[in-house]
Amino acid sequence: MRRPRRVKPLATIISAGLSKFGRRDGVYARELFAEAALEAFHRVEELDPGKDIKAAFIGQMSEAYEHQAHDAPIAASWAGLLPAPATRIENACASSGSALRCGIMAIKSGMYDIVLVGGVEKMTNQPTPEVTGILATASDYPFEQWNGMTFPGLFALMATVHMHEYGTTEEQMAAVAVKNHKNGALNPKAHMQKEVTLDEVMKSRMVAWPLKLYDCSLITDGASCLILTAPKLAKKLSDNYVHIIGSGQSQDTFCLHERDSLTTISAAKQAAQEAYKMADVKAKDIDVAEVHDCFTIAEIIACEDLGFCRPGQGGKFVESGASNIGGTIPINTSGGLKSKGHPVGATGTAQVHELYLQLTGQADRRQVPDAEIALAHNLGGSGATGVVHILRSA
Amino acid sequence: MSELPPPTIEEFYRQCADRKLMAVRCVRCKHIMVPPRAICPKCRSSRVEWVQLSTQGKLVTYTIVHVSPPQFRHMTPYAVGIVEMEEGVKLPSIIRTSRLESLKIGMELEVDFSPKSQETSWPHWPRYFFKETE
Repeated sequence: MRRPRRVKPLATIISAGLSKFGRRDGVYARELFAEAALEAFHRVEELDPGKDIKAAFIGQMSEAYEHQAHDAPIAASWAGLLPAPATRIENACASSGSALRCGIMAIKSGMYDIVLVGGVEKMTNQPTPEVTGILATASDYPFEQWNGMTFPGLFALMATVHMHEYGTTEEQMAAVAVKNHKNGALNPKAHMQKEVTLDEVMKSRMVAWPLKLYDCSLITDGASCLILTAPKLAKKLSDNYVHIIGSGQSQDTFCLHERDSLTTISAAKQAAQEAYKMADVKAKDIDVAEVHDCFTIAEIIACEDLGFCRPGQGGKFVESGASNIGGTIPINTSGGLKSKGHPVGATGTAQVHELYLQLTGQADRRQVPDAEIALAHNLGGSGATGVVHILRSA
Repeated sequence: MSELPPPTIEEFYRQCADRKLMAVRCVRCKHIMVPPRAICPKCRSSRVEWVQLSTQGKLVTYTIVHVSPPQFRHMTPYAVGIVEMEEGVKLPSIIRTSRLESLKIGMELEVDFSPKSQETSWPHWPRYFFKETE
């Protein structure tokens, strides 16, 4: 069997932290962020965060939830990082995936040797229709929003074509929800730690046909963060570190209707190709992955775009059990956006947090044995942004 | 070229008031685009011109929205889709039909226009929409 060449890491993750995901009444975004940061700090006793962390890049999608913009200095202040430069990175649901790339570039350039990257969103302050409206701001205003498009609606437009062209079924989409809820039930930080049956998914109320309530990710409050260092510093600071060996980001047309194909997300596909090339690994080398299951159809498309199965076969792939814990390539062991929850700005680095646990053997009941190479796939909007990272155990 | 209106989104909607569905075409590579813009995304040429689209299109994909933002709540459930025009350009649109269950990929649709949006919290520009052919 071909062993991947061990490429030089871009940067190294020495620690990761995650707030409890869920409906977090009475807590501000900054307080959630501090909760995630504190967990990350506790993992690395050798580090003096206020002194050693030289910069922070923090993903957040919208100021509308809390009527609060300029959140990076607030989050940095609550995490005790002042006066280190802190910058908010916004790429809709890929905000912290992009923030991670900024952190990697900061390390790789040699400008800083230790940085914190992360993300946060406090969404449940607003009722669901308002949240639907705020999320829709990540789609095109004068053409998509004006025409009554919503995010479930945009992904439903992709699902309809996927069903028409490949015969993908509503049951196959529901199988994604069943699998991810099963994983999420094993994750004490997940928003919904509850298994669901295929029947419950199929009978849940319609959101945007063919997508039902249980095809949609959750409206969640949460924060996540990672501490990155130059690879040579990792050993001195942490016993549990993982290397970032590939990073890709690509963009596609902002409006869904302008794309050549509605059954693939080309930005993610290109980001994956870039990351695979950089890491010198192939899809079959990936041991565990977190993919952006904002809607069940998105996980089906992601499996195809990442090369885990052939185009059009994503529905059959999940149905086969290949992506279960114990399958050939476990996907969304954390529960994914579907069950762990989707605090939009926090999602990208929350995915990497799960992979950090997997590659350092700390994923408890969700642990994939001997996982060495992991992949995170993070989308922004309806796929105008795709971010992919590949990690390797130390 | 200089007397022609600029390739802007506002101009697109202004033309909807005259019941015209317009697009911008790249003079060099002939790529047609909606939304209109000044730089062709295919060949990067900045020579673009307005063209009037036909009134007929085909439904490429659709969904029926049950949970909407507040501005559209009075319409739920409603259909939205992507329509491909005879010229090959595609547009997102509300699909007006009294029979949501009759929607099918590939069905023929025709454009129509509404003078103004009803919602107070939404820009008061004229709109296009698609409906089943008579």
